[in-house]
Amino acid sequence: MSESAIALYSERGGARGEPWLARVVVIGLTMLFLTVFVVLPLVIVFAQALTHGVGAYLAALAEPEALAAIKLTLAVAAISVGLNLVFGLIAAWAVAKFEFPGKTLLITLIDLPFSVSPVISGLVFVLLFGAQGYFGAWLQSHNIQILFAVPGIALATTFVTFPFVSRALIPLMQEQGTLEEEAALSLGASGLQTFFRVTLPNIKWGVLYGVLLCNARAMGEFGAVSVVSGHIRGETNTMPLLVEILYNEYQFVPAFAVASLLALLALITLIAKTILERHLDEGRQVRDN
Amino acid sequence: MTIELTNITKNFGAFAALDGVDLKIADGELLALLGPSGSGKTTLLRIIAGLDWPDGGDVSFDGENALKRGAGERQVGFVFQHYALFRHMTVFENVAFGLRVKPRAIRKDEASIRARVKELLDLVQLDWLADRYPGQLSGGQRQRIALARALATEPRILLLDEPFGALDAKVRKELRRWLRSLHEEINVTSVFVTHDQEEALEVANRVVVMDKGKIEQVGTPGEVYDYPATAFVHGFIGESVVLPVNVAEGRVWIGDQPLNITAPNVGGPSKLYVRRHDMQVGSESIGLRGAVRHVRSFGAIQRADIAVCAGGNETLIEIDTPRDHALRTGETVELHPRRFRIFAD
Ligand SMILES: Nc1ncnc2c1ncn2[C@@H]1O[C@H](COP(=O)(O)OP(=O)(O)OP(=O)(O)O)[C@@H](O)[C@H]1O
Ligand SMILES: [Mg+2]
Repeated sequence: MSESAIALYSERGGARGEPWLARVVVIGLTMLFLTVFVVLPLVIVFAQALTHGVGAYLAALAEPEALAAIKLTLAVAAISVGLNLVFGLIAAWAVAKFEFPGKTLLITLIDLPFSVSPVISGLVFVLLFGAQGYFGAWLQSHNIQILFAVPGIALATTFVTFPFVSRALIPLMQEQGTLEEEAALSLGASGLQTFFRVTLPNIKWGVLYGVLLCNARAMGEFGAVSVVSGHIRGETNTMPLLVEILYNEYQFVPAFAVASLLALLALITLIAKTILERHLDEGRQVRDN
Repeated sequence: MTIELTNITKNFGAFAALDGVDLKIADGELLALLGPSGSGKTTLLRIIAGLDWPDGGDVSFDGENALKRGAGERQVGFVFQHYALFRHMTVFENVAFGLRVKPRAIRKDEASIRARVKELLDLVQLDWLADRYPGQLSGGQRQRIALARALATEPRILLLDEPFGALDAKVRKELRRWLRSLHEEINVTSVFVTHDQEEALEVANRVVVMDKGKIEQVGTPGEVYDYPATAFVHGFIGESVVLPVNVAEGRVWIGDQPLNITAPNVGGPSKLYVRRHDMQVGSESIGLRGAVRHVRSFGAIQRADIAVCAGGNETLIEIDTPRDHALRTGETVELHPRRFRIFAD
């Protein structure tokens, strides 16, 4: 640190009445913590994946098992994000724009997937759709495979990621109220026109935000998926499941190569999230003045 | 278009926001709904617009039941208390909205829509703001855009909820005059809500005074001001001096002092209402007197706080007198109401 920088520091510290030493220690500790627990693991993931060079890294990702896992993960994420986008919009609309008995209960229920361990969520689906489950016999007699197949994985993922979209939208829609919708209605717009021309444009950044977080969680979900997947190699392994299997088999480069994709997703999500939050804040400021 | 409301009631839980409201509004009228906060003005307007439904009663437009039609089918232009402009649309698109959402069969082509929006923006004198967003406008500008938007679809009824509520006094005055001349120009049946009595008296052909979900009086501004029908109206409109009195066999008593005035149609504990400028000091005696407590003058008048003895209690009243009759603090003066009303409690 140059002398002038130190001078600046102590000056500011003095102005706020805190000794500069305390500031440096607090900031330093935070940085250290972040480095050890967040940055370091990220770096290690990429370092491990690349121990035998870029060639080995790419080869590991081109393995049929890895490709299958990537495809499955993308498909499952697409399904659950799609479903939760629709459910989330409807739920947020209902909660924010209407008064009805049982509304508080509904809001609590929306949060349920967040407060239940994902493993339990997975087990619920086993209890429902497993061979010994409530619908097991009926499903078997109709030859419908839910557990240990894509539908089960998609269902479990959808359940676990349900709150993201509605959570992002409820406060936004509540804050915006129903005035603009009423104005649209009295100007002769139909319900659908009101939704697509007035409501949706007002919440679009919130929707993107919810979808982004929902997608990140859907791709990264381990617990619930692990219970319902059955771990059939090349068929029902998502990326997180494959990482665990490869790691347990001491295949470190492939394990970390797949893991690095998830880490990359996390980084992209983080950046996109920051950008979206800026848009959301701007929207709020425009509204406030 | 005439509007007829018959025995409208509206409850929110156990609370009666509207309690048996009857009102006839003539074609082309500019009617003011005046009342204190919470008296049900917005609720009434929303029911006319079809944004709320009454629990009882009828609404008809030109003799036709309006309740079976939704908000979009009533051809009502609504200007909201807080503008409710579409924040993600430009001013132009806001005004064009009502034209764009029409069913394809009756929708105008793009060129006609543009021409109509331009015409409306000219009407509200804000054509230079067409490309701005609502967040970039001042309150008065937003208000006028909200009005232009409501007028775009050529509504048969125009409802304005405190159109000037959020504006400062000068802009209010300007827009008030402007609204009046606009109404003369387009002559659409209009109802506007306000809790500013000056605004109501100045702009409207007729004034409806509401309190606690009921209509207290309907009349021209002059009638409502000069012949208030109830104690509430007298107190709410114009400046009033109020004194507690007792009426027995037509004789009026203040405390144990008889007053030399009569009140033929009232009996028992009552209130004497006098306009502040109708209370004269010193000329003749009717038996009403008080002690001057405080005097301040501005312009041509002086305003005095006078303590009147009524029974055991003192009532402090505020009156205006001409400046040439100087009042001294502490002196006792004779009070003489030039005109007065007595309402039983
Ligand atoms: N959605 C609602 N739920 C419960 N109570 C309501 C609702 N809307 C209005 N009220 C109540 O009904 C009464 C009348 O409300 P309204 O908005 O019509 O008053 P107002 O005369 O427009 O008042 P202001 O001048 O403050 O706008 C108020 O006491 C209000 O609290
Ligand atoms: Mg109101």
